[in-house]
Amino acid sequence: MDSTSIKMTENSLNPASWVDKYADYLFNYAVVRVSDAEIAKDLVQETFLAALKSAKNYQGAASERTWLIAILKRKVIDYYRKINSKKGKAEVRINYSSQSDSAGDWLEENVADPFSTLENDQIENAELGQAIQECISKLPKKQSAVFVMKTIRGLSTEDICNELGINPSNLWVMVHRARTNLMGCLNENWFKL
Amino acid sequence: MISCEKASTICNKKQYKEATLLEQIKFGIHLLFCKACAAFSKKNKKLTILCDKANLHNLSEQEKEKMKVKIELNS
Repeated sequence: MDSTSIKMTENSLNPASWVDKYADYLFNYAVVRVSDAEIAKDLVQETFLAALKSAKNYQGAASERTWLIAILKRKVIDYYRKINSKKGKAEVRINYSSQSDSAGDWLEENVADPFSTLENDQIENAELGQAIQECISKLPKKQSAVFVMKTIRGLSTEDICNELGINPSNLWVMVHRARTNLMGCLNENWFKL
Repeated sequence: MISCEKASTICNKKQYKEATLLEQIKFGIHLLFCKACAAFSKKNKKLTILCDKANLHNLSEQEKEKMKVKIELNS
């Protein structure tokens, strides 16, 4: 490999574009892990600030997004350490079920159900959220704005039209394009996994 | 009869529960004849279900603005 092609693959940091490009992606990542929007928001904010501080250590080996996610991951872990720092809080207590119909074999009743797929569902949904968020970030800006307002923030058609200064038929065209693009994107990134 | 273009708009409105009863009836009749729209409707419904399942969250524009200001102050 010659030097020019190495430079092509190198990544650089551009803090001014971080919020627009990655805030939603990071926020979604954090929300499913701490299940509190306020805390998730703070973690994303801290991630950006920490990233700025250590920007000089960034070597361009990973993409900006991967690098930011790695920082956020540490922040989430730190958050759990902090809330569990008081002694005894991290302890897991399993109480014997007080239901009257329990037969009395503690071990048998507490064994994991081998046919249950409920816990997989949650993991899968978190990954699905990431996949959708990624696809949304690939949409043209106008389409993603309309789609996010309509689908995720659940605003009414009227409100969106007022905010963006478009008419309803315009909006539905936008929604249509966004949805068809998303279907194509998810087809490639989600169903083929 | 309605065109496929109109049918697709109604289909999208349906995903947000904004189609009127008359529109839904027209759409239902159209689907009986049009295989392409039926396929689109099926996919569209799937997308809605996926989005619901993923329980997506987004930051509001104001919050993003605040973050931008903080980043600028610190850089």
